[in-house]
Amino acid sequence: MSPAEATRRSSVAPAVPARPDAPAPERPEAAPPAEARAAPPAAPPEAPADTPRPSNPAKEFVQVFLRNGTAVIGFVLLVLIAVMTFAGPAIYPVDPYTMVDLPFAEPFGPYAPLGTDYLGRDILAGIIEGGRATLTVGVTAAVLSVVIGILVGALAGYFGGWMDRSLMKVTEFFQILPALMLAMVLVTIFTASLTTITLAIGIVAWPQVARLARAEVMRIRKMDYVAAATTAGARDAYLIFRVILPGAMPPLVVAAGLAVGTAILFEAGLSFLGLGDPNTMSWGLIIGQNRNYLLDAWWTVTFPGLAIFLTVLGISLVGDGINDALNPKLRRR
Amino acid sequence: MSRYLPALSRLAQALGLLLAVIVLNFLLIQLAPGDPVDVIVGEMGGASEEVIALMRADYGLDKPVLTQLAIYVGKVATGDFGYSYYFNQPVLTLILQRLPATILLVLSALSIAVLAGTLLGIFSARRPKGLLSHAVTIFSLAGYSAPVFWTGLMLLILFANVWPIFPVSGMTNIRGSGGPVGAVLDVAHHLVLPAVTLATIYIASYSRLARASMLEVLGADYIRTARAKGLSERRVVYGHALRNALIPVVTMVGLQFGQLFAGAVLVETVFNWPGLGRLAYESILRRDYPTLLAILFFSAVLVMVANELTDLAYRKIDPRIGGASRRRRRAKPQPKGASA
Repeated sequence: MSPAEATRRSSVAPAVPARPDAPAPERPEAAPPAEARAAPPAAPPEAPADTPRPSNPAKEFVQVFLRNGTAVIGFVLLVLIAVMTFAGPAIYPVDPYTMVDLPFAEPFGPYAPLGTDYLGRDILAGIIEGGRATLTVGVTAAVLSVVIGILVGALAGYFGGWMDRSLMKVTEFFQILPALMLAMVLVTIFTASLTTITLAIGIVAWPQVARLARAEVMRIRKMDYVAAATTAGARDAYLIFRVILPGAMPPLVVAAGLAVGTAILFEAGLSFLGLGDPNTMSWGLIIGQNRNYLLDAWWTVTFPGLAIFLTVLGISLVGDGINDALNPKLRRR
Repeated sequence: MSRYLPALSRLAQALGLLLAVIVLNFLLIQLAPGDPVDVIVGEMGGASEEVIALMRADYGLDKPVLTQLAIYVGKVATGDFGYSYYFNQPVLTLILQRLPATILLVLSALSIAVLAGTLLGIFSARRPKGLLSHAVTIFSLAGYSAPVFWTGLMLLILFANVWPIFPVSGMTNIRGSGGPVGAVLDVAHHLVLPAVTLATIYIASYSRLARASMLEVLGADYIRTARAKGLSERRVVYGHALRNALIPVVTMVGLQFGQLFAGAVLVETVFNWPGLGRLAYESILRRDYPTLLAILFFSAVLVMVANELTDLAYRKIDPRIGGASRRRRRAKPQPKGASA
């Protein structure tokens, strides 16, 4: 292996730099920051398969998760936000598209609890209505990117050889293009609609999942039970989807959760830049439309942003909690 | 000759990736509704039939697609990214004008993030149960979860309106200020808020990463040895542990450069910073495809350059990689990881 290649390899899976016997760094896959779509494929956490399984893993998982205070806070946050967006219109039946008060009415006033925007529309109603678009796009785009990522990663990791090399070249190609830039270009060229935005985010956000899936599949492929299944005559597709991938699920579930947060931040960024669907209320759109009046009407941008912030925060907290609960080795910390 | 082979093969790979970016750009133009001439004519506000036919011939649109691709690649290779009719300038000129501002912003943000992130990470790793450690954890989560453009808007409200100590937007004061020193200070004054905004998310991730890797390194045998030798805590931490703990941070910097650049698009839009990101925003509003695609191309180039630089830094810090044996013969032995 040439030095150049060695470097490339090591920069692919850097999270455990030196010692194979050292404990994995703390929850590395929770670390990528907001705009980070190309964070290193975190060190695959030790699979539960390596440790003695408790009698009822599901029950123990719930117990460990519930003991984790911050994870429960995150979960409660997410439930509240889901209730607000999907049951909100019934509890607070204000049309987010019509004028309810003078423009820029201050928050906590008689008509609009969170104030009104530059057209006199109710900010609270806008947040309730916009949550649906934001959350739907976030979840759908995340599912899309995770499916692409798992497919690419599993094929590369399972077959190795030229398949691995060519798929990893494609992944590398997508990683040198800043994901948000590419999504911006795609949405600009193919007119903005919720579908275009979802597809664009799904298309740009998968490489990270692909790398993680590849590493996991490569690791599990070497295990004895896979060899046993092969000897028993299992075919490739059965081996990949029924034998190997179930074992790779724990870290991928966490990655999928975080992908939702990432996709929400993407959607918000695109809508903020005016690349959202102009006819559908979303959190980013409210901020983008009102940002020119920011210094006169702070509430118009503060509250929708707070909604994005709390949603992504809830997702990260829950993701961390799931990761810890699935990861017996890290529990001791 | 053989010692240059790795470098040559890397160069070839880099060129291959760039070619792929150019082909992608070409495909995007093909897929976009209307051909480039339609777009240009639309921007010019109409043109006569002869001019349109002339332009089509000029762009080679009357030729087969593969010929068009070859023409396009040839144009990009000679630095011809087309002409922006909205800005009334060749795209390349436009980009070169805006590039320095973006590089200044991104590098400032990166320096702030790496410095603050590593320091916070180290401090909190030294007392994992302390108050600061918890504060760093909370701050990391918050930094990861807040949309960067919203962070920028909040900082604007706080530090340009409520407590107006920084300018609202732009890179320089229109009235101008005394002399070259004044000009530098003026730019720096405008730079603070955008750079800090862009840095927040990365401070969060670097501090978390530095904390985790510092905790791991501090548990290593060679650190115990260093302590047993009776070295001061300061020398153990900064002389022995820091270098190894920095490796994951350096890797992360390289891997995230593209994201940093994409974040700059949002931050530049919030603060009206006259860089490539702001240009991207403007060209989206005007449907200025040549400019937008050229920005995509240049951002890929920037990311690749950053990846190479990270690789270099990586080799400098981690002697196990690359030219380790050569250096070890020259330099005097230094404390390194146990498994080096």
